[in-house]
Amino acid sequence: MNVKLKVENLSKIFEFNGNRVKALENINLEVYENEFLTVMGPSGCGKTTLLRIIAGLDTPTEGRVLLDGREVKGPGADRGVVFQQYTLMPWRTVLKNVTFGLELRGVPKDERIKIAKKFIKMVGLEGFEDAYPYQLSGGMQQRVAIARTLANNPEIVLMDEPFAALDAQTRNILQNELLKIWQKDRKTVFFVTHSIDEAIYLSDRVVVLTARPGRIKEIVEIKLERPRDRTSIEFLEYRKLLLEILKEEVLKTIKRGE
Amino acid sequence: MKINEKDLALKLALPVIAVVVWELLAIYVNNPVILPRVEAVVNVLIHPNQGILGTGNLIDNTLISIKRVLSGFFLASAVAIPLGILMGHYKTVNNLFDTIIELLRPIPPLAWVPLSLAWFGLGEMSMIFIIFIGAFFPILINTISGVKSVPTPLIEAALTLGAKGRDILLKVVIPASSPSILTGLRVGAGIAWMCVVAAEMLPSSNAGLGYLIMYAYSISRMDVVIACMIIIGIIGLILDRGLRYIEDKYFAWRKMMK
Ligand SMILES: Nc1ncnc2c1ncn2[C@@H]1O[C@H](COP(=O)(O)OP(=O)(O)OP(=O)(O)O)[C@@H](O)[C@H]1O
Ligand SMILES: [Mg+2]
Repeated sequence: MNVKLKVENLSKIFEFNGNRVKALENINLEVYENEFLTVMGPSGCGKTTLLRIIAGLDTPTEGRVLLDGREVKGPGADRGVVFQQYTLMPWRTVLKNVTFGLELRGVPKDERIKIAKKFIKMVGLEGFEDAYPYQLSGGMQQRVAIARTLANNPEIVLMDEPFAALDAQTRNILQNELLKIWQKDRKTVFFVTHSIDEAIYLSDRVVVLTARPGRIKEIVEIKLERPRDRTSIEFLEYRKLLLEILKEEVLKTIKRGE
Repeated sequence: MKINEKDLALKLALPVIAVVVWELLAIYVNNPVILPRVEAVVNVLIHPNQGILGTGNLIDNTLISIKRVLSGFFLASAVAIPLGILMGHYKTVNNLFDTIIELLRPIPPLAWVPLSLAWFGLGEMSMIFIIFIGAFFPILINTISGVKSVPTPLIEAALTLGAKGRDILLKVVIPASSPSILTGLRVGAGIAWMCVVAAEMLPSSNAGLGYLIMYAYSISRMDVVIACMIIIGIIGLILDRGLRYIEDKYFAWRKMMK
């Protein structure tokens, strides 16, 4: 298996107003080509920070990130990001939001519209091409953001709790769509979630981080055939295992009063 | 915006009462040099082509004022918008210009009159310069604040889609700050309109609505004075409403930027 993304001895300390917050400590991680890797951990343990450093939006205090062996220096279209918060361009329609990356790369208009429409359809927003983000619900906006990232065809997709704002039904549908794209386009996915169920359903491996400062506590390989059955005994066993691992860390966070 | 009958009645009540009181007072005072009758003013207004005591007619003078305002306003926009964008986006440009702008900003436009006359003589140029000064600062300040308040997540999203420095400026920063720029234009236009009337009242002036007011005053034609004031008010209102209309129609997405 080829290593697509490598995180080496990564630490991050935030400094502001004389305070020092150690967000990540000595993270070493390899994400394989075509792998679906999920990161979990208690709130504030540094999941978003790790994702942002991989995206090139934050710089590590120590260590480095390598994509296909090359060190990451700043953001780029090779690492697509679906953010935790809404980041659509409010002055662009749904269609023009999804074509944004293609437009930057100079893809001809007809072609980029064709590509965009395919992904808009995939996230279930056919017919909303000409709507503006403010006319959509939060969940619909997040689906547009997903389409926008996927349409840009990145080497690796970084997703920060992308389905957190969606209802369970839509969430399940989009999980399946994401798996379909992942399998079809042979994508590498780096996924962050709070949902154990989602992590087991989607991932090849689940990385659990400790409470802040985030260190790798355990990596759980999910050895289940796809499509997975959320109600199978094996699924429930993974559930129990991850719950057990996470509980300790969440309790630490709560004790500190965060 | 829909106005129902009750709202409309309320909105018109005071203006109607004002006109009635004006007419009653005018009859009581019985001296057109202090307060002309409503009919006298209306008579001036409904004959806008009629020459007024050898100084051209209402229409010509109004057009002269409008032309001056537009010239000064467009010049101010052409300088203030690009400068504001650069100042808001690049810290070095901001540092370079900030001090001098903060020093010049509190000086009222009319305080520039003597210098303007000395530099540009008695002609059009010095009027346009005064208007330029009046419109320049509100446009600049609003542009800078619009550019500075572009949400960071939007810029980050664009970066991860492959945007580089130039794309960020052209495809994110400028569109995101355009509602704020338009607000600056609206405020600037209002001030420009006030400046032209004031500048035309100066002794050096020989045409325009401001001039006409002063000239009519010097020959005790209060009906012309009030007619001019009404025109000034109406044009100011149209200017403001027109730009507000554009804001509402083309920048409905502004709601989402908060
Ligand atoms: N820009 C910043 N400046 C200072 N501290 C920061 C900054 N960004 C994050 N932190 C801190 O780093 C820690 C990790 O934050 P991060 O957002 O990565 O957590 P997270 O695991 O994504 O949490 P959540 O599950 O709630 O999204 C937190 O304690 C946070 O306060
Ligand atoms: Mg987070």
